[in-house]
Amino acid sequence: MSQQAIDSLKDAVVNMKFNDSPELAEKCKSSGLSAVDILNKALLPALDVVGKLFKDGDYFLPDVLMSVKAYEGAYKLIDDELKAGSYKARGKILMGTVEGDIHEIGKNILLALCQGNGFEVEDLGINVSPATFLEKAKEIEPDIIGMSALLTTTMPVMQKVIELFAENGLRDEYKFIVGGSPVNQKFADQIGADGYGEDAQSGIELIKRITE
Amino acid sequence: MHPLIEKLLKNGVAVTDGSWGTQMQSRGLKLGESPDSWNINHPDLVAEVAQQYLNAGSQVILTNTFSANRFVLEKFGIADQVEEINRKGVEVSKKAAQDRAAVFASIGPSGKLLVTNDVTEDALFQAYEVQAKAQAAAGADGIIIETMMDLNEAKVAVSAAKQTGLPVIACMVFDSGRDKDRTTMGNTTEEAVEAFTELGADVVGANCGQGIEGFIPICKRLRNATVLPIWMKPNAGFPEFEDGAVVYKTTAKEFAGYVPELISAGANFIGGCCGTDENFIIEIKKAVEKIKK
Repeated sequence: MSQQAIDSLKDAVVNMKFNDSPELAEKCKSSGLSAVDILNKALLPALDVVGKLFKDGDYFLPDVLMSVKAYEGAYKLIDDELKAGSYKARGKILMGTVEGDIHEIGKNILLALCQGNGFEVEDLGINVSPATFLEKAKEIEPDIIGMSALLTTTMPVMQKVIELFAENGLRDEYKFIVGGSPVNQKFADQIGADGYGEDAQSGIELIKRITE
Repeated sequence: MHPLIEKLLKNGVAVTDGSWGTQMQSRGLKLGESPDSWNINHPDLVAEVAQQYLNAGSQVILTNTFSANRFVLEKFGIADQVEEINRKGVEVSKKAAQDRAAVFASIGPSGKLLVTNDVTEDALFQAYEVQAKAQAAAGADGIIIETMMDLNEAKVAVSAAKQTGLPVIACMVFDSGRDKDRTTMGNTTEEAVEAFTELGADVVGANCGQGIEGFIPICKRLRNATVLPIWMKPNAGFPEFEDGAVVYKTTAKEFAGYVPELISAGANFIGGCCGTDENFIIEIKKAVEKIKK
């Protein structure tokens, strides 16, 4: 019974059935499953499937967003129980679009996936200066600092952020990851970033690898 | 076919222009500064960009109004200047072009997502309507909807632009999926053609996202799906990082080397997007002229 409930919920998230997912999460609960089990056996594996479909080019952005919506509908019903128990966030992510750049769609998708995958996120928004990244990092002490840029002209700001942390003796306190349409692995290597994500799915996989 | 489009294609493939953003950066556009605001603050420098494309032989030039919709401009705190920025942008390009080239006013994405209810279709339509009307009133010869990644948003923009009565070019970025032949939202070339045709677009096409070699299969598919003229504006390959700056490595000559194949694939208007400059237009022009002979 509980396995069937798990499978149904997982299927709802993978297949973007956001109207059904809350009810199916309730069924999981009433079949005796704990919030942690619902998260680990249904919701997170479902997002992994969605991520793979996206990476393989079978799912596109709207599919991912609708799956995340289905995930969120179910997650709301287990959130209190998770927080009351010993479940802890998998890590803390600080993210922003770098100074001079106002594009946020890619960053927001990765943020949604981070939340969906059990990470605590702090979104600095758009046009974020190196000083703001530093200030906020000191305040919340994230595991990972993610920087996004859509413009080729703002990509060099990512390097400035890393340099500012180095000047303050804090470079090695955090892992820096970069992403955005014109960014690539070579660029990430050149500026000394710890990782690069080609798309939101690669980004979340990278974050999971770093925090494991 | 719209009389202006017919006139532009009378002698075969028409050469358009290259990128505008990078050209303004080389003229001092600062990090975080709105490129569109230059229509008011530095119209002389914007005119230089137009002029260099005209001198290179562009038969169609665009305007510096790509992001001049209220959603993007409000991020720069200048949403109250939508009409003025669009008007000035058209005036600058028209003054530079005289009767040497047609001026198509640029309309780019809002930066908002319909799929997440970040914005409604009505609000988008209103924003594009204000932009398109200001461009038409300022004397644009046509309007181009470009760099769209969501067909639903593009449809709204095309509808708003068509209200002006001007010819409308509708372009999307096809750079996603297994074969890099769909938009970020998963729209295919065929779906785009069908939707744009239904809305009365005069030209359909693709711009940005990838280099010119990736545009050839996209152009073939567009050509198989429509009899409408096709607009192609590829990037100068992919950006690379060198000495603290981002550069595009594809040269003008390499780019132009693909022009014959792009024409065989069905392209009618050819220009360049990110990373291209007037040298690309000169080389494209040479390649096009050679084929015409």
